[in-house]
Amino acid sequence: MTDTVIETRGLRKHFGSNVAVADLSIRIRRGEVFGFLGPNGAGKTTSIKMLLGLVPPTSGSATLLGAPVGDHRARTKVGFLPEHFRFHDSLTARELLRVHGRLYGLRGGALERRIDALLERVNLREAENRPLRHFSKGMTQRAGLAQALIGDPELVFLDEPTSGLDPLGRLLVRRLIEDLRDRGASVFLNSHLLGEVEATCDRVAFVKRGRTIHELSLRDVAASSLDVELKIDRTDAAILQGLQAFGSDIRLNGTVVHLRAKAEGAVPEIARWLVAQGVGIHGIGSRARSLEDWFVEIMGEDQRPG
Amino acid sequence: MNGILAIMQLTWIEARRRKIVLAAVLCGIGFLVVFGLAIYSNSERAIGMPLVQRRMVLQVLTLVGLYAINFLVIALSVLLPVDTLSGEIESGVIQTLASKPVRRADIILGKWLVFWLMLAAYILVMAGGLVAIMYALTGFRQQNLLPALGLMQLEATVLLSVTMAGGVRFTTITNGIVAFSYFVLAFVGGLIEQVGMIGGNVTARYIGTAISLVTPVDAIWRKALAILQPPFMAQTVITPFSGGAEPSAAMLWWAVLVVMVAMTLAIRGFRHRAL
Repeated sequence: MTDTVIETRGLRKHFGSNVAVADLSIRIRRGEVFGFLGPNGAGKTTSIKMLLGLVPPTSGSATLLGAPVGDHRARTKVGFLPEHFRFHDSLTARELLRVHGRLYGLRGGALERRIDALLERVNLREAENRPLRHFSKGMTQRAGLAQALIGDPELVFLDEPTSGLDPLGRLLVRRLIEDLRDRGASVFLNSHLLGEVEATCDRVAFVKRGRTIHELSLRDVAASSLDVELKIDRTDAAILQGLQAFGSDIRLNGTVVHLRAKAEGAVPEIARWLVAQGVGIHGIGSRARSLEDWFVEIMGEDQRPG
Repeated sequence: MNGILAIMQLTWIEARRRKIVLAAVLCGIGFLVVFGLAIYSNSERAIGMPLVQRRMVLQVLTLVGLYAINFLVIALSVLLPVDTLSGEIESGVIQTLASKPVRRADIILGKWLVFWLMLAAYILVMAGGLVAIMYALTGFRQQNLLPALGLMQLEATVLLSVTMAGGVRFTTITNGIVAFSYFVLAFVGGLIEQVGMIGGNVTARYIGTAISLVTPVDAIWRKALAILQPPFMAQTVITPFSGGAEPSAAMLWWAVLVVMVAMTLAIRGFRHRAL
């Protein structure tokens, strides 16, 4: 069993002269929750559609669970929740799951038991025989989540899974993602809600104008990146030079110095060093860098779509 | 095979829930009741006629009924599949289906099979019911009914397949316009061919035949008309229901080829379609 669930090399898609995806080259490992971030129109949804065989790539290659994308067998262990989940709304939630279960080759008692478990999991048991057209947006989204999981997937694509969900619904999605990771499945998450991504993802890729411009391991970043703010009575060149030993990106704002420390343990060391230099400390604060900080820094001001 | 069966199940549930089946059944029953009442109210008048004349009148009445049913079948052949692909592509519903481990060809074939079976059942119930009513009320026995029903099914299959192929490329409204135009072109082609035959105009006959090669729908119906009535009626009595120039068996094989081409285009087009 290969450790890589998704691998793309130079995947590209253009519609006429409009380049939706310029170069998608990523590798996602088994058991990883991978966030796919970028402004609107960056090519995120087109990328997911190419991986699922919904849109044929113009060039490049990709594999899904070891099989080439586009081959329907590659999707045997893949689940997908589209950004705007819609289905034949005359079907009940149970019928929806039954049809999708059969598309995965499930049937009989095994399928019905799987449906029971999923309806329970997404809190739709009481509404299972109601047509989808009578569902609220949040209920429809939860039915969509259940259909994405009906085939017991090893890889799940979630395109904006929490849109339309209330806080409890969002918590449900987070727990579902954690469950998937616990049993070794991988999740490809496309979301604008950076807080959600930060709370669930192991690694993220930033996409801008159809190109993957940066990848970040959130675990490594959380342990190694801290924004430190120092209110001190001396900010001469020697002090600023000396602070470079503890971090980077040093900026001076009046008597306040900002720097990005390399590790959490750097804060007491900075304090000790400043005192040793005879610098008076009026205040010292630190906070972990948020994904939003990274997003703004990596994406820059210009977030026009590709 | 799992994929085709699941799509068939989905298509059938959807057709039932959208009350397509109920509407077709109720309207069909209504039509048969009206037809039965019309025959019943005129049957006594036919009893006093000479045998040959009586048989001709009853035959024409049966053809009138079958002609009307043929129009209903044509409408159903276009309306049933007209939005099944284009509508699902436009709404995004198809993304959820096509992202499953199912061939795109299976999605097309599953839907096509359910519509084909629905049309077969409709033709059998409506045309069979009409002939049964005629027999029960007048004792008239329609000749060659089963082969004629087979031809009506072939006609419906051509329209169904062409409409499915259109659904891959066009929006629902455009597809409806194209599919009905395809039928109207066949109808006009048939008229041109008949006028050419009656007037001895070879060019008109060639034009009509050429149109029938593109759209053999009307030719198939004329073949059905030719076998439904006795040869002397088809050749001597000019009515809207006389077969006119009877197409050859080769035209029927041509129609089968048209179905295969339409379905190949549908499957190939859908396979490469961005969803």
